[in-house]
Amino acid sequence: MRFDRRLASSMIMIGSLIVALGLVQASGSSFWEGEAILLAIFVVLTVSLNLVSGFTGLFSLGHIGFMALGVYISAILTLSLEKKAVLLPDLPGWLAGLHLDQMAGPIPIGWLIATLIAGVLVSLIALAVGSVVMRLSGNFVAVATLGFLVIVRVILINADGLTRGSRSFSGGTPFTDLWWAWGWAVVTIYVVWRVKRSPWGRQMFAQKADKWAAQSVGIPILRPRLLAFVISAFFGAVAGSLFAHHILAFSPNAFYFDLTFEVITMLVVGGLGSVTGSVLGAVVIVAVTEVLRRVQDQTQLYGLSGITLGVFFLAIIIFRPDGIMGQRELSLDGLRGRLPRRSRSTGGWTPPAVDDPTLPDDPNAPDDPV
Amino acid sequence: MFDYFLQQGTNALSAGSLYAMMAVGLALIFSILRLINFAHGDVMMIAVYLFVFAGFAGIPILPSLLIMLVGTILIGLVMERIAYRPLRGGPEVALLLSSFAVGQILQNSALLASRLAGKPVQISFPAPELLSGAISLGPLLVPKLNVASFLIGTVLLALLTVFVTRTRLGLSMQAVAEDLPAARLMGIKVNRVVMVAFAIASGLAAVAGYLYASQAGQINPELGFTPVLKAFIAAVIGGFGSLSGAVLGAYLLAFLEVIPTTFAGIADILPPGTVSPGVHDLIAQVLPSSLASYRDAFVFVFLILMLLFRPNGILRGRAREDTP
Repeated sequence: MRFDRRLASSMIMIGSLIVALGLVQASGSSFWEGEAILLAIFVVLTVSLNLVSGFTGLFSLGHIGFMALGVYISAILTLSLEKKAVLLPDLPGWLAGLHLDQMAGPIPIGWLIATLIAGVLVSLIALAVGSVVMRLSGNFVAVATLGFLVIVRVILINADGLTRGSRSFSGGTPFTDLWWAWGWAVVTIYVVWRVKRSPWGRQMFAQKADKWAAQSVGIPILRPRLLAFVISAFFGAVAGSLFAHHILAFSPNAFYFDLTFEVITMLVVGGLGSVTGSVLGAVVIVAVTEVLRRVQDQTQLYGLSGITLGVFFLAIIIFRPDGIMGQRELSLDGLRGRLPRRSRSTGGWTPPAVDDPTLPDDPNAPDDPV
Repeated sequence: MFDYFLQQGTNALSAGSLYAMMAVGLALIFSILRLINFAHGDVMMIAVYLFVFAGFAGIPILPSLLIMLVGTILIGLVMERIAYRPLRGGPEVALLLSSFAVGQILQNSALLASRLAGKPVQISFPAPELLSGAISLGPLLVPKLNVASFLIGTVLLALLTVFVTRTRLGLSMQAVAEDLPAARLMGIKVNRVVMVAFAIASGLAAVAGYLYASQAGQINPELGFTPVLKAFIAAVIGGFGSLSGAVLGAYLLAFLEVIPTTFAGIADILPPGTVSPGVHDLIAQVLPSSLASYRDAFVFVFLILMLLFRPNGILRGRAREDTP
């Protein structure tokens, strides 16, 4: 049997992840467990946003809108009958009788189904929104998707009967544990990574690099964009479903511009276009935010953490616009023996001096083959 | 009934003036740098905070207004120098992201300042005595603030028009907007033009902020978010980058916005006997008063449709290929 290096390195990564999660669980610290779950949710959000904003170059500000829809759809579907009667008395009949909180042994099968339903519904919404918005170019995608974010918020606040409006929504079951959260994170990473290496992914990058050139050689523009938008929305909703069953009380205000900015920071710090970069970006920003939050709580200087993050973000854009990874990917191959390959990175970077044996002033250069 | 519509119309005129002052600033900067300045609303917010904190320091109202205006313009210039100039000519998205960061920094600075001054997050902002109360115009009772917003907006926009079309600096601004490299080759100092644009935009934002906060009655670090969104829409309606389009778009948006407010729940205030009971019930059903709270959603659906079908604004005819 042929030894597959890629498979082996994936296995090693997943193996180390399992060991790390096992350690977190064994530590028995609910703080670290909570942080690890939150990190997984941010990994899902950032990696899936990267699919749109990093791969196709269209900056979407609506990702948290998809997440918010996922949160509410999943939360409403899984709420138990008694709680539904108390919290959401105005639900339409068919929805009031539905409660996807069944367990099949240790597996919360109802919640899984609810997550998939949320993902599919939100993907359909993304298909409708995207077929309009993805025709725009450049920064106007940002304005239009910001509009989508506002629309989602207005609807969530005003649809009292379904969402309790701006009041807190609570009463869910904490289904999200370390393993489910990171399981979904691995699925997201795998899917997005596969998309990047697929012909679809290459079409996305091609039209990002030069739309007209891509179109002139027959590469479709709208289809890959739409595909990115829809898949991205699906995982946005999955992140929402994980969030809803981890943070058990929330209101529409939690899913607005602040969270959007946080995820965008992770994305840009990691590198637009790099899947592993998004994971690193999420790790860095979750860690930095946590430290800053503690400093802020200690000193009572609210705003300090936001200012620091803003300055950090600004510095990244100005001095290192490619973020940590650019469009490159981290792999065990790259770590072993040689530096990560930088040749495909965009902008800014100049190749290092190479000992080129064909240069005339090189004493070891071969003679001209005359 | 007619008075009711007229009343809503005056509200729209006043809101439109505020939107116009914001939208013109956005359009001015966009036309020159191709930057959608998301931080513009936060510049407006910072202006209000400068005024309030000057008041806390015991400075009377007129010098406070001056501090607000000058301070905001300075902040606008610093913002341009630090966050936008290094990225000029780079990818559009870098400028956009940079403006997010600036907005984040400004908002949190306001938060930190309130904290350091021992003030709550929500600070009350009473309208000045001169502008509180209402004046009666025929059958209408119009708040003085609305009248002031409309008058100040009109005067400032007229001055801006004169500046842009009649002065050398204004004309060079148009030249830079038309073609930056060519303008530079003609000896126009591009940096100076960009700085003037930011100064004008920030100054207008400061005035708009003061009027907006007076109407709202209280301020918080996020107060710039909604107005800047409205200004985006206004600018998009007018064709992003066109100044006259932005003004037109602002008033159009303001009138569009009062439509749901005006007609939602209109059945309740229809004078009895104007329509038959059946029609009355139909209207009540189609236009329930709860519809009004979906106003922002309608407005943004309109924005997205506008971007799709009329990407160059209502003023320009056929869409050019690549913009937006």
